[in-house]
Amino acid sequence: MGTPAGRLYRRLEGLFAVYKPPGVHWKLVRDTVETNLLKGINSAAPPAPQLQVQFLPESTESSSGSTELKLTATCLPALAEHPRVTGPRFRKLRVGVGHRLDAFSSGLLVLAVGQGNKLLTDLYNSHVTRDYTVEGEFGMATDDFSNTGRLIERTTYDHITQDKLERVLAMIQGANQKALLAYSNVDMSSQEAYELAAKGSLYPQGKSPPIVTGLRCLHFEPPHFSLEIQCLHETQRFLCRLVHEVGLELRSTSVCTGVRRTRDGPFTLQMALTRNHWTLLDIVQAVQQSRSAWRQSTSRAFLPQDTRSRGGEQERHGVDEGARVAVSD
Amino acid sequence: MASAKLCQKCAGLLWGRMALVSLSASDSLLSARAAAVRTHTQSWSFTAFRLSHSASPGPPAAERRLTESSLLPYDSPGSNCTATERPSPDSPSLFEDLDRAPPLSPFEEISDDEAVQIVATPPLPPASTSLRDYVSQSETLTKLVQLGVDLWKLEQRRNVGSMLLRLDFQEDIQGRLLFLKDVGLQDSQLGPLITHNPFILTESLENLQARVSYLKSKRFSSEAVCRMVSKAPYLLNFSIQRLDNRLGFFQRHLGLSPLKTRDIVTRLPRLLCGSLEPVKENLKVFELELGFRPNEIQHIATRIPKVLTANKKRLTETFDYVHNTMGVPHSLIAKFPQVLNVRLLRIRERHQFLQYLGKAQYDPAQSGYVSLDRLVSLPDAVFCDEVASATLEDFEQFQKTL
Repeated sequence: MGTPAGRLYRRLEGLFAVYKPPGVHWKLVRDTVETNLLKGINSAAPPAPQLQVQFLPESTESSSGSTELKLTATCLPALAEHPRVTGPRFRKLRVGVGHRLDAFSSGLLVLAVGQGNKLLTDLYNSHVTRDYTVEGEFGMATDDFSNTGRLIERTTYDHITQDKLERVLAMIQGANQKALLAYSNVDMSSQEAYELAAKGSLYPQGKSPPIVTGLRCLHFEPPHFSLEIQCLHETQRFLCRLVHEVGLELRSTSVCTGVRRTRDGPFTLQMALTRNHWTLLDIVQAVQQSRSAWRQSTSRAFLPQDTRSRGGEQERHGVDEGARVAVSD
Repeated sequence: MASAKLCQKCAGLLWGRMALVSLSASDSLLSARAAAVRTHTQSWSFTAFRLSHSASPGPPAAERRLTESSLLPYDSPGSNCTATERPSPDSPSLFEDLDRAPPLSPFEEISDDEAVQIVATPPLPPASTSLRDYVSQSETLTKLVQLGVDLWKLEQRRNVGSMLLRLDFQEDIQGRLLFLKDVGLQDSQLGPLITHNPFILTESLENLQARVSYLKSKRFSSEAVCRMVSKAPYLLNFSIQRLDNRLGFFQRHLGLSPLKTRDIVTRLPRLLCGSLEPVKENLKVFELELGFRPNEIQHIATRIPKVLTANKKRLTETFDYVHNTMGVPHSLIAKFPQVLNVRLLRIRERHQFLQYLGKAQYDPAQSGYVSLDRLVSLPDAVFCDEVASATLEDFEQFQKTL
């Protein structure tokens, strides 16, 4: 890895976040990023051409007048190592995707390059929470719970007020809290359970269905409303169904008009790269930033982090996730 | 005689024949002249008993250097071909021509000069997945690399690598390159053209010339023909009948004058290369689904011929957004057809940004009018600065809220 391209590749290995626009498949994002990285890394200075010793004949006129054939050893670049014959040095890069986003949603998408893919597994296993901003609209119900689906029924929504909505959200959060306790595999009547709950570091061990750890209403203007949801092990379809269930609880119906991920574990929207910045240099910078951010998060493992979540419970929950993720670079 | 035949076999014939049988299955003629030339110039060279040149990747570079020197020790008066003359494939095979002087025996004494001239190149692999193994010893491949052809792209295509190895530079390639230069292509354009279309090297010269003269007869200027050939590398591989068919189709269905048809075809010559079914479908989509009038369709096709081969689904989605969501009427879209050629995502982001700023006004009659071509064609920095009166950072922050 002594070549400039090799050194550049070493700096590229790690995690970074991009902002996936709505209406685009996540695989297209991954392929675009890979193509841009390959273009950048292949345009780095090529290594010096390999020289080959060739014995070329030369005819020299000697003093007696007779010509002699001599072989001279010369170093010429081997044609087999010409870039037009070998092709680009890097043809494929291992770019992995963290928690996927479906085409309807937009928001933060964590990608990893090379050895960083191992960190993705750690991120997955550490049960980090994710923040979403979900927009909904009262009065409609569709088959796939989003506004692009087939309409099933229309209802009135004049009776809905903000405090009714808040009450429903509190009820949903309570039910999810119970699920969180149940899946955390801790005996509820033990001292250990009390201590973990007091610190806020109860979280499900292993697989669990989607659990919402935080839920609040950001904006209410009938028929439109938006919610902020913190959850783990979720899919975007679950979030659309949640909006649908909120509508049902309010004796009306609702559909989801937009799902936007704003945080994925330690990665925030500030660190996300927009489409114009999916180039090699910007991604190298983002990888360096995320590495230094992780170093800091492990050194301040038990201090509260400044996420935009609500309540001390969620904050410490987030910090513990950061501590549990293995840091290697 | 027997010893000569024996030494042929042991010196190189066995591996030589087996080595190249995979490359040229059909051409198994052994040229006596080729063998004679080589035996007379290099005694024990491993390349001595190669197949005829047009079928083999001989080591002509090294050989040519040696043979062109005037120091051929055994330039026997009997051989009536000069060292540089290509042996013809029609010459009798080695086994039939027994009147030739026998090749040198391995045990004969040779002088130092001849010893110096022996080129012991490593044997070529009989079959390989890459052209790297043959490039240093094949004149064709060396010259192609010098011309700028990307061999690594061509070797990935099926059968193209073997085809290139079978070609001979002097006979096959040189004529066609000179023809392309006559058409008007620059030296730097020849390499990319062959990279995209290596089959131009196997198309017969008469056909190529006939097609160019056909295009000129249809009153395409020389510069136009040159541009068309460089932009659509496969153009000259199509028959005159097919080119005629296509030109006729565009003239009939678009209802354009010959001058405008020539203009469209010169700017986008791949219209002549591809299938006509997608074009017919797109024209129907424009007429029936999108609801454009015939003169509007003609105008759009003249300005942006690429929409004729665009993806139908993407076209309808873009039109749906621009017409129904942004509220732009047909006449304005026909006036700025570039809008249909742009990614929907770009249009959507910019329109939503302008909407957020309250500047999304596409009616020329009212103030603060933003024309569609300024909306889509300007680069991001210029768009933010002039149209939206905001900074690029603002636009990026806004993109993160979509």
